[in-house]
Amino acid sequence: MQVTSSVREPLVTGGKTAHDVTEDICSQLEGRPSKSWMIGMAVALSALGIGACAVFILVWDGIGVWGLNKTIGWAWDITNFVWWVGIGHAGTLISAILLLFRQKWRMSINRAAEAMTIFAVICAACFPGLHMGRLWLGFYWALPLPNTFGSLWVNFNSPLLWDVFAVSTYFTVSLVFWYIGLIPDFASIRDRATNKISKMVYGALSFGWDGAAKTWSRYESVALILAGLATPLVLSVHTIVSMDFATSVIPGWHSTIFPPYFVAGAIFSGFAMVQTLLLITRKVMHFEDYITRGHVELMNIVIIITGGIVAIAYTTEFFMGWYSGLDFEDYMYMSYGAATGPWAWAWWALIICNILVPATLWFKKVRTSFVWSFVISIVVNIGMWFERFDIIVIDLSHDYLPSSWSMFYPTRYDIGVFLFTFGFFFTAFLLFAKFFPVINMSEIKSIIKSTSSKENK
Amino acid sequence: MESNKNFVLGIYNDEDVLLSAIKQVRDSGIKIHEVYSPFPVHGIDEALGYKRTRLPIAAFLFGLLGTTLALTMQIWMLGYDWPMIIGGKNFISFAPFIPVTFELTVLISALGMVATFMIVSDLKPYKKPRLMDIRITDDKHVMAVDLAKNNITKEDIKKVIQGSGASEVNDKNF
Repeated sequence: MQVTSSVREPLVTGGKTAHDVTEDICSQLEGRPSKSWMIGMAVALSALGIGACAVFILVWDGIGVWGLNKTIGWAWDITNFVWWVGIGHAGTLISAILLLFRQKWRMSINRAAEAMTIFAVICAACFPGLHMGRLWLGFYWALPLPNTFGSLWVNFNSPLLWDVFAVSTYFTVSLVFWYIGLIPDFASIRDRATNKISKMVYGALSFGWDGAAKTWSRYESVALILAGLATPLVLSVHTIVSMDFATSVIPGWHSTIFPPYFVAGAIFSGFAMVQTLLLITRKVMHFEDYITRGHVELMNIVIIITGGIVAIAYTTEFFMGWYSGLDFEDYMYMSYGAATGPWAWAWWALIICNILVPATLWFKKVRTSFVWSFVISIVVNIGMWFERFDIIVIDLSHDYLPSSWSMFYPTRYDIGVFLFTFGFFFTAFLLFAKFFPVINMSEIKSIIKSTSSKENK
Repeated sequence: MESNKNFVLGIYNDEDVLLSAIKQVRDSGIKIHEVYSPFPVHGIDEALGYKRTRLPIAAFLFGLLGTTLALTMQIWMLGYDWPMIIGGKNFISFAPFIPVTFELTVLISALGMVATFMIVSDLKPYKKPRLMDIRITDDKHVMAVDLAKNNITKEDIKKVIQGSGASEVNDKNF
């Protein structure tokens, strides 16, 4: 019982049939890699290689090679951690929360967004791991494993430990969710494969999928429950990340609005990253009929909403700091002091990138423009990096004793490790784009009849 | 399932035709072995008379297991095995235990349910699928009727399937 709406715009244009969907998406991974893919891969691998040298020296010499000092014990590392985890949130939001809300436009973008989530969470996990210094002992410090110190167990009262459980659960559940969705599509590739290696590899990956109605019915039920589990999970992850700060007694961090504020910020930056990646994928892989102007506009609307929540949080923080009348508050990241003091450049970068530039998305002309959406998505990601940097570094730089106030200057190892995660992220994403079905074929096929523009006429 | 190897297949191009075909074929007294589709077709469970899957119950029970394990672990480790005063809190203080309990509940519920799904649907790496038609994973819906399970002649079954809107009617032997 298909319902065709004359009000809603088609989600897939170009009058595609189910067979066209298979053809369009599978042909991308059957041919030889394109030139643009090779160039992208070369750049990503170079970044990964240079970054790996920085990581090696960091592990060899210890975290003293970073620009940290006695006052600022957390800087780029935790900024990058929070930033990458935040980026990951969009994938789960699109595939889980939009599934629960029956938003069918998610179907063209959920696969790539989930892949992005998984790679971003791996990048994030690098930072707390490397910050431990002695990585190889990290398992004892982070997981409740029996050990020869007693057993002296991990501290379940600590938000840092909650983070370990939150991020690893989030990673595992996202991976499982992503893989379950991939099985039917791997089967499509398997049944088209002509050479022996792809037959074998995709045959193994597709788990013997045969498309039986009974399996589909169970599959749908599994997807729905996983979405139901992933929705509170994704909200809990950034809530717990924010508790790393909020449950501490550091002025500026000890703030009750952090959990919702961080979750909104995470979705804000995550959607921006999805936007960046999909606008490139759309052009390079010729998915113009699947990722339409309508998809871009809807993602921009999510960016406006979450950006608005973040802006309200900044305003609240600014007001509450000022209203308390404490001099100390004037050194916090959201204050007049921050806007005019030594960190003014970082403060204004945050305000411009996160509030002023995304505000232009209120204009329909801007939010339906591919070029502007692309530019704004990058600006938002920079802004969200500065948000975390400001919260962490500005608040720490002015601590209790004016004599120990300090600035933070990154060394090349701070930059190098960040570069390493970028290299990893783009290498992984390019491999995904070449060898995996980038768009969820079976889901798109299920809406093709009701939404394809040919059928609508 | 392995002993019966002769099937008649009806191939359909459209999911709505398929749904009405299932009804027609079942009304004429033919038992359908299974229907294969490239994507989930809504309403097909009711049409085929399938019961609702009990996977949600499995998910709930695994979740319960996760909650129990997580609470037991934390209470035993910090309350009995090596009690320590942390921030002046009780040895067993529930509020700080909630995040880890929640995460493990979700983790074990998700993993347990997915493992159950894999086992009951017999999905595993390197399993050779019994594909009725190679186009199932592309764009065709296939209705398979097991000849050994029906007392009607092959010709009559084919006639009914043909009449229900199938674009092709084929034989398949395993």
